[in-house]
Amino acid sequence: MKTINSPAELRRLKEEIKTKMHGSDSGFREKVRIRVHSGTSGLASGAKSILDFITQELEKRNIDAQVIRTGDLGYCFAEPTIEVTRPGEAPVVFGNVDKLKADEIIEKFIKNGEYIDGVLPVNYQTIN
Amino acid sequence: MAKKRMQLFVCSGTGCTDLHGEAVLDNLKLELEANALENDIQVIRTGCFGLCSLGPIVKVMPGDTIYTGVQPEDARDIVEIHVIKGQKVERLLYRDHESSRVLSCSSEMSVHVKQLRIVLRNCGIIDPENIEEAIARDAYEALGRVLSEMTPEEAIKIVKDSGLRGRGGGGFPTGVKWEIARRNKADEKYVVCNADEGDPGAFMDRSVLEGDPHSVLEAMAICGYCIEASTGLIYIRAEYPLAVARLKTAIKQAKDLGLLGQNIMGSGFNFDIEIRYGAGAFVCGEETALIHSMEGLRGEPTVKPPFPAESGFRGKPTNVNNVETFACISPIILKGSKWFSSIGTEKSKGTKVFALAGKINNVGLIEVPMGTTLREVIFEIGGGIRNGKKFKAAQTGGPSGGCLIEKHLDTPIDFDNLIAAGSMMGSGGLIVMDEDDCMVSVAKFFLDFTVEESCGKCSPCRIGNKRLYELLEHITKGKGTPADLQRLKNMCYVIKDTSLCGLGQSSPNPVLSTLDNFREEYEAHVIAKKCPAGQCRDLMEYFIIAENCVGCTACARVCPVNAITGERKEPHLINPEICIKCGACKEKCKFDAIIIR
Repeated sequence: MKTINSPAELRRLKEEIKTKMHGSDSGFREKVRIRVHSGTSGLASGAKSILDFITQELEKRNIDAQVIRTGDLGYCFAEPTIEVTRPGEAPVVFGNVDKLKADEIIEKFIKNGEYIDGVLPVNYQTIN
Repeated sequence: MAKKRMQLFVCSGTGCTDLHGEAVLDNLKLELEANALENDIQVIRTGCFGLCSLGPIVKVMPGDTIYTGVQPEDARDIVEIHVIKGQKVERLLYRDHESSRVLSCSSEMSVHVKQLRIVLRNCGIIDPENIEEAIARDAYEALGRVLSEMTPEEAIKIVKDSGLRGRGGGGFPTGVKWEIARRNKADEKYVVCNADEGDPGAFMDRSVLEGDPHSVLEAMAICGYCIEASTGLIYIRAEYPLAVARLKTAIKQAKDLGLLGQNIMGSGFNFDIEIRYGAGAFVCGEETALIHSMEGLRGEPTVKPPFPAESGFRGKPTNVNNVETFACISPIILKGSKWFSSIGTEKSKGTKVFALAGKINNVGLIEVPMGTTLREVIFEIGGGIRNGKKFKAAQTGGPSGGCLIEKHLDTPIDFDNLIAAGSMMGSGGLIVMDEDDCMVSVAKFFLDFTVEESCGKCSPCRIGNKRLYELLEHITKGKGTPADLQRLKNMCYVIKDTSLCGLGQSSPNPVLSTLDNFREEYEAHVIAKKCPAGQCRDLMEYFIIAENCVGCTACARVCPVNAITGERKEPHLINPEICIKCGACKEKCKFDAIIIR
């Protein structure tokens, strides 16, 4: 990776990254993004096996999606939690995800956008 | 199965469920069925919307319409007017009292959402092991701006004007700290990040480092530029392996991109960050002890002054800040001091992360503006007390803090109000206790922790806390006398007044605060020799109510020490001399004949 030599270069890199993620024109086909919250609290509740399960099943079922390993959201009471963002839609967080539920999320929500019980609404404001 | 035309999200958080949210959900389903719409429209149970005071909440998608205070009988209108006719049910929309404007969607309702995430802005959102994701969300932009557009003085002024105070517990103004470190001239200076998170129940630093390590690295570099330091050190406990691993990756990625290291972004400023490991000693959260530990010496505190800003790591000026404090820096630089100081109370600006633990429904991390009340934190965001029990107290500030009780529920939480209430902010651990918790035992628990963690250097802390613990143990065993309460208090003050560092100076706080707030509970222990919460084993007596006992012998059979006697079909008796108070009999009894008294 090349080094950044000025703040302007950093800003350029940022734009490049954003384009890579979201595309520059409306014709860009975004992937479904799945964030598996894998901080200590998530991992302690089994986030690792959910991450592996989802990665494996997406491949098996031929779904083109990006799985991202992130830190925790703070919902320790509902771990493991995962967040699914369908292209052009707001992210949706699911709590208490086990393999059964992960399967349901893939089949119903990721494939068809059909919601299932256990959605955790965004109950906070953020600055970005 | 196809995507449904419309979704009705019904909050099944504790708050809404208490307000008949479940009946709302059932009725919505019934109404949909009555109109043969159950295959078209989906009713979904969700977690808490954070709008508990306006509950029960129903959200309709698409359209993002939020209905508040929905009663079971309102289900018909929602289905007939909204679902079928496509119009909003005006009377169920929230009307803001001040502007009398109708707020109908999530973004408009967000003013009623209690949490605001500044420190946790990226946690759970970015991949901490991919610097690109962090950069896409503004990481290192503040550093770039500081290096190219500001003098160190200007940057310090922004931090100072923002009113940011140290989040590690003390609440010392961060900008002032930086200014002092800058003023002390030396050939070498150090920036230290205190990641030695030690309060029982607090884990916000770990979460930030695991979820968004770049926010801390960037802020350390900004601090380095401000105080003219070229080395940053992160002191982290080795018990946080995941945080350590992610930090290492983050440091490497930032160095590879030239965002750390030599000549950062072409500015000529050099800054490197290294990791130093702690062995998990509580006292090493104190800055002088932390510095000694980093130098390879015993983790013992020394008298201040000299402060680390004058003579710290290797005798050089050193600025020590906590993880959460650093995580606030970049947004302050990017959004300005006025933005930050507009959040919070008069003397405590910004937000604070709390780790909710104990007898609370929604255990986890939350971030709220300073000045949010304890009631909002526990009963709205936290979802209330587990199993519908009664709130008794909340311990803030860990083993150095005190407990807040019912009368403090509506006090806005900030640094000064917590001190006035006899507790302190600490690092933000918030342990909630319910009616079943014995406050003498709680004080004893924290003392046990301090005794274990005292470094042993000064006698008031080493010997005093041990004696204090013994006295508490005495009381919980029913051997205390009323005079012991005064002795307890005196000892607390001696330890507070004569200990060397913050650990000893604050360790008696849990005792003093429980003594103040729950004196009657202590008195019950020493006078009546009873534990009102039924927690102190030695003060309990298992007793069989003869009228309720049918003589089934189940208790006698389960008793491991044969303390229960009695003929079949006759009331049984427990011999208190033999009973070991294991509770097995009470659990077994189907007739509620066995009580603790």
